Amino acid sequence: MRRTLLQSLTQRPLTEPAPAPDEAALAELAKSLKRTARAKLGRSLSIRQVDAGSCNGCELEIHALNNAFYDLERFGLHFVASPRHADVLMVTGPLTKNMREALLRTYNATPDPKWVVAVGACAADGGIFAGSYAVVGGVNDVVPVDLHIPGCPPSPTQLLKGLLALLEHGSKRA
Amino acid sequence: MALLDTIPHDEEIKRHRPWPRARVGEDGWVRAIESLAAGECTLLGLWGDAPYVHLALLDERAGDIAVVSYACNKGKYPSVAARHPPASRLERAIADLFGLEALGAPDARTWLDLGFWGVRHPLGKPQPAAKPAPYAFLPVDGEGLHEIPVGPVHAGIIEPGHFRFTANGEYLVRLEQRLGYVHKGIESLMSGATLDAAAKLTARTSGDSTVAYSYAFARAAEAALEVTVPPRAVYLRALMAELERIANHFGDIGAICNDASFSLMHAQTGILRERTLRAAATCFGHRLMMDTIVPGGVANDIAPDGVASVRALLKELRAAFPRLIELYDNTASLQDRTVTTGIVRAHYARQFGAGGYVGRASGRGFDARRDLAYAPYDALTFEVPVLDAGDVNARVWIRIREVEQSLSLIEQIVDRLPGGAARATIAPKGVISEGLGIAEAFRGDVLVWLRLDGNGNVRRCHMRDASWFQWPLLETAVEGNIVADFPLCNKSFNCSYSGHDL
Repeated sequence: MRRTLLQSLTQRPLTEPAPAPDEAALAELAKSLKRTARAKLGRSLSIRQVDAGSCNGCELEIHALNNAFYDLERFGLHFVASPRHADVLMVTGPLTKNMREALLRTYNATPDPKWVVAVGACAADGGIFAGSYAVVGGVNDVVPVDLHIPGCPPSPTQLLKGLLALLEHGSKRA
Repeated sequence: MALLDTIPHDEEIKRHRPWPRARVGEDGWVRAIESLAAGECTLLGLWGDAPYVHLALLDERAGDIAVVSYACNKGKYPSVAARHPPASRLERAIADLFGLEALGAPDARTWLDLGFWGVRHPLGKPQPAAKPAPYAFLPVDGEGLHEIPVGPVHAGIIEPGHFRFTANGEYLVRLEQRLGYVHKGIESLMSGATLDAAAKLTARTSGDSTVAYSYAFARAAEAALEVTVPPRAVYLRALMAELERIANHFGDIGAICNDASFSLMHAQTGILRERTLRAAATCFGHRLMMDTIVPGGVANDIAPDGVASVRALLKELRAAFPRLIELYDNTASLQDRTVTTGIVRAHYARQFGAGGYVGRASGRGFDARRDLAYAPYDALTFEVPVLDAGDVNARVWIRIREVEQSLSLIEQIVDRLPGGAARATIAPKGVISEGLGIAEAFRGDVLVWLRLDGNGNVRRCHMRDASWFQWPLLETAVEGNIVADFPLCNKSFNCSYSGHDL
């Protein structure tokens, strides 16, 4: 163990420079956040991830945000275990009918002000699962979405760009 | 003697490939159930196709498979689970989706239908749903017992499902799972879909096993349509499958250690996983390699710099991984959490036909790559590691050994990669044809059964994840463990929710 730890000290970090915030995401946020006046959330955001029907592909890439290459926490963004601690709900999946109630309860358990980020092609409109007897559709059909991050699944870099747009927008509104 | 010959059956179904399927009467159905209950063969799948129910059986030693089909009488069939418990959840799913009733079933509760669809029996004769009765969890009586309900929304970045624990102080007395939350109705979307659209759905059935699902689906379609896949595609598919396997094993090894608060391992295996996904993206244009395997071959040939990136990856992994194995092996505080925790008994692993590391850590060595010997694995050299301890530690070690085997397989594949085309053309047969495909995913064997119409569109497709036969064993493995060790047990199984819920 000592060798592994020492090597981490002598090696250059693997962490890569941050990508620029996504332009499309900034534009969407500028529009969506006009809907209601919300207090500034600051430069640090707590994220609660909710799988509302995903194939688990999006979760794998969201997990990757925490690895040494992307190191999400350096931006003040981190995942929390309870909606009660969250500023942001990050929702994946075509929203299944079996998860609708659970998502609503999670949303209601998240204190205001809060943002909802819909991740992946399915979360936008149900994707290839739209039209099934078991699927509601997009996340926006049940809770108001502030930002969509597209992709199937979005790569960690795409996810990072979207989240950085969220941070940038938050600080601009100070 | 072939497996099907041991069961009294009517004429075989024409154009079901590569293994036979036959209609059976009550005597054949009961004989099949008896052979499962006696342990002569293993349950590979049980699915509805109104008015039929199909039962797939595996003879592990001979590597032989047979499917028997029973025509339900007024929507009823003799229960398999009555004699062979591993079939229970499959029968409950058939009842929810098709309205077909298993006579004498030990558990008549719903399974995937949680009462929110607005319709009952969506794949059978759909009826408007009445308000469902509250779900009755199994009763647990005793002094000092309390219940801990968890989920469907869990604390981590993981899939949703409900766990109902009964505990006596720190010790777990019972776990009862309730799944179905991510049921997307994939099998109904499949019916009538073109082969391309169905392949896309298959690739999004369980994201961590997208390659394995596409692999099994392609093999089923190719069997039905009698398509020969070019040798280059055969090898490229195996390359993808092994990259997917090691990426998932790296993720799991780290995540299991992380659940014992040993985050150093998580950080280190996270690096190896990321490097693997980046090499996959360089080779095939997608980090998880979604939609890269298609019926007929692979969607795109490997990129010009693909082989070089795989060789560079192998070099890095071989330099870094042994040190992490040593780290795991020499950290006593970590072993204290994993050794003797969450033991799966060998006879359960055998009875349930548990695949992957769950089976192999408990003495069941089945691996579709070796025992069904599909190309190119029939020409490659590898071992299937098997342990007997059945605990979390054994499931970690199986993953470690499998990573080593996969690294060797990847090297053999790139050394021998044949030239030529990477995709054959697919032509519809003009008649109904059926195929069964199996591929070894990182967590066990995935089964895909497919019926295509004359135009090559999907009539019916059923997919069975390895998790169906692993989830119930998690319930047995946690008994007598402390509540705080549940995350370790659960992560060491890493069952699929989406692949199970469909």
